[in-house]
This record gives sequence, structure tokens and C-alpha cells, in this order.
Amino acid sequence: MLSVRNVSKSFGGLLAVDRCDLSVKEGSIVGVIGPNGAGKSTLFEIISGFLRPDLGSITFQGQEIVGLPVHRIARAGIIRTFQIPRALNRMTVLDNLMLGPQNQAGERIWNAALCRGTVRSEEISIRDKALVVLELFDLQSMKDEYAGSLSGGQKKLLEMARSLMADPKLLLLDEPFAGVNPSLSSKLIQRIKELRDKGLTIMIIEHGIPYVVELSDEIYVLNKGAVMAHGTPQEVVSDKRVLEAYLGDGR
Amino acid sequence: MLLSLQGVPLPLAVAAGMVLAGAAGALLGISALKLREDYLAIATIGFSEILRSVLHNEEWLTRGSFGIHGYSRPLESVVPAQDYNIFLAAVVIIILAAIYAILEVLMRSPWGRALRSIREDEEVSRSLGKDVFRYKVQALVLGSMIAALSGSLLAFYLQYINPNNFEPIETFYAWIMVVLGGSGNNRGTILGAFLLWGFFSGTRFMESYMPLSPTAIGALRIMLIGIILVVLVIFRPQGILGRKEELGLGG
Repeated sequence: MLSVRNVSKSFGGLLAVDRCDLSVKEGSIVGVIGPNGAGKSTLFEIISGFLRPDLGSITFQGQEIVGLPVHRIARAGIIRTFQIPRALNRMTVLDNLMLGPQNQAGERIWNAALCRGTVRSEEISIRDKALVVLELFDLQSMKDEYAGSLSGGQKKLLEMARSLMADPKLLLLDEPFAGVNPSLSSKLIQRIKELRDKGLTIMIIEHGIPYVVELSDEIYVLNKGAVMAHGTPQEVVSDKRVLEAYLGDGR
Repeated sequence: MLLSLQGVPLPLAVAAGMVLAGAAGALLGISALKLREDYLAIATIGFSEILRSVLHNEEWLTRGSFGIHGYSRPLESVVPAQDYNIFLAAVVIIILAAIYAILEVLMRSPWGRALRSIREDEEVSRSLGKDVFRYKVQALVLGSMIAALSGSLLAFYLQYINPNNFEPIETFYAWIMVVLGGSGNNRGTILGAFLLWGFFSGTRFMESYMPLSPTAIGALRIMLIGIILVVLVIFRPQGILGRKEELGLGG
């Protein structure tokens, strides 16, 4: 579904992503792990179009997406979350979610002014959907609060909920468990698995290796910008090189 | 903008002015909207100054600093001359109400929601597939058209108009109105406009009771505005009608 070929990106003298190759199968969960500074987040920025790679190609459902503007990549079905959650603070939680759906008729200025009936009925169905998604993430009691008043963990959930509202084909989650308390995390693991079982394809960057091992069908390990290991979770965690990268060279 | 009054029906001339202003807004938007915040503000002021200088100097087109006068005014033949200003005030209030209503509808629509999301964090809007650039151009065009309409009304009131009616100081007055009333709030802006002009007219009325020359009073007036603005920004930064909690959650 997604195929990243020979992608490199450097910042000044620093090679952040070094000839990266990876592919994501439709309907699977792919984990991306690696020590700090391994280039995981940079890779996400590149896939979602926020950064342009120096070289390489990325195809999504057969279409080349390198060079497309961010909103076009999102419309193609790749939706990302941010490592540091970005709630739209001065909007309510419900408004945050209702922003999610793409191609809303009411987002066109003419429709907003002139076709108010159509827009109203569209809003009702978006709102209903938003309420369902809020419930999935335990945020229903917060729906009329400003998003800025949520805790860091809740903002993470809000962001994931908002992304789902956009009906992604491929969801890129950047450290979804960071700052989320453990009991909520296990619930989140459940939610993510359910989404995969419904056919959504998910890529996860995560520091907490146990979460990724539990969730992923496949794991890529990045180190210094390059793919250093790749396989099933069992293969990857038993790989000596991976342990070395994480723990230092046997010291 | 009102130059085309050589026999062109009034509503058509006003509409032409609005279309022209909208086109200028689009032109400005397309060239300058890659800039952000302060830089965009500087670029727009620069653009309007260029436009004003051109209009000021191209005498064949606008009669330059001689200005335009002697154009007809709406329903001038029907409304008795001594009541004309009252009639015009009523027209202005009706148009104000209509524009307020239209803007409120737009701001509450999904279009307005997308616009608010851009105010909060445009990268989030982009990551959800919103064409941020398009929204910004639309907002700028809409604003330019409203400005053109109000410029026409001003011309009807003054019965004489020249490009120097629109010096940059007018931009700052408009900005003071917004800050005074509370930004992000249409009602606040209207209140701010009434207060600012109330202040101008009120102090003009006081002139005859003050032992100062008119020029000194003019300077004093501007100083007072400055002081009010500083005090406001320190003690009530959200403006008169702004919501404090929104400020705390800042963008």
C-alpha cells in the first residue's frame, strides 16, 4: 500500500534519514522503533509531506506522493498525528473532531452561505459520528470543553480521534502512548487493534517497545537514519544488533 | 473605486468596486500569503500603499489628489436634502447588520470552523486535508470586498473622495477597533468601531470648550488613543468583549 524507496534527507551535515526502504501492507500495523535521533519522526514528516526528501520515492496506492502538498497527501488518505499533540486549543473538543472529515460540502464558502439546508444535515451526521468516536476514546464528557483545557494524554487521544474522523486509509501515529496513563494505554492498544481488524492500515512510531511488540505485525528498526533490522516482532527483539543499538555495544 | 460614475448606474459601480477590490485581494493573497503574521501584515500595508500611490498619481484615471466629486448618491432625488445624512446612516446600519449576519453564518459554518482551525494551528488543518492557502485567499477576498463596500459608503457620505482618504493610518484605526472590542469577535469589532468614532467625534465636540488650538487637540487625541490602547493591552488584552479563557489557551 505504501512503499518508501531509497529515501534520504539531511539537515546541513546531518543525515537524518539515510536511504530508507520500507513497505507497508494494507490492513497491517507496522511499528517503527529506534533510539533517539534515529530519524523516525523525520521519516513521518517526509511521508506526510511536511518535509521533502533529498532523494528517493514514496508511492501510496501506486501513486507517487513525493512533492505533493500536505493537504493533497491527506486527501489521498494518509493522516498523521503529531508527536507533541496539537489540539486546536481555542476550539471545543467536539469542534476539533468535526473538523476532521474531508471534503465537507459546508467547507466551501458558497455552500456555507447559500446551501444551508444541505450543510445542516451534513453537520448532523458529522456530529453523530464525532460523538461515537469521542466515546471510543473516553472523551465524551469533555465534548464542550476547550481542547486547550485537556491534559497532555487527553490531547493525544483527541488527536487520534480527530484523525480517525478524517477517514484515513493509512494512519501515521507518532508516539501515541507517550504521556497516556497505563490503564488508558491498554485500552488504546485494544482500539488500535480493532481499527486494524476493520481494515485500517497503521504505522506507529513508539519509544515503548513493549507496546509496539504487542501491536505490530511487522517492525522496522531505524538507527542513524537507516533501516537496520526488519521482521516480525519476535525476530526483531531477538536480533542482537537491535539490542546493541538500544543498549550500547555490549557495555 | 467610484470613478466609473460617468453614467454607470450606482449599484453597478459599487459592485464593480467590490469585484475590483476582491481581485486586488486575490492578487495580494496569491503573492503574499506565503508569508506569515507580522511579515504578511507588513506586505499588505506595503501593497495598499503602492496601490494608493498609483491611484494618487495616475491622474488620467482618478484625477489624483484633486479627487472625485459631484457624483450622484443613492436615491438623492427622492430623499429631501436636509434628511439625507439620516437616510445614509440608516443605509449604513442596514448594510452593517446584513454583513454581520452573513459573517456570523459563515463563521458558524464548517467553512468558518476550518478558518478557525487555521488560526489555531494551520499545520493541523493541512494534515487533515484542508487547503489552507485557499481559505486564506478566500478570507482576504471577502475582507477586501467588504472594505470596498464600506469605502463606497464613505464616498457617499463625504461627497468627495481622493486616494489620500485611505492613508495607512486608517488601517491602524481599523486595527485599534478590533483590539478594543476583542479580536476574533465580530460584535467586539463593531463595538470597537463605535467607541473609536465616538471618541473622535466626542473630542471634536469638546474642542470649543478647551483652551487649546485645534492642532494641539488633534495631537492630544492621537496620544489619548495610544494611551488607551496601551492600558487596554495591559489590563484587558482580550478586548472589551473578548473571552479571557480563550486568551489563556492561546494559539
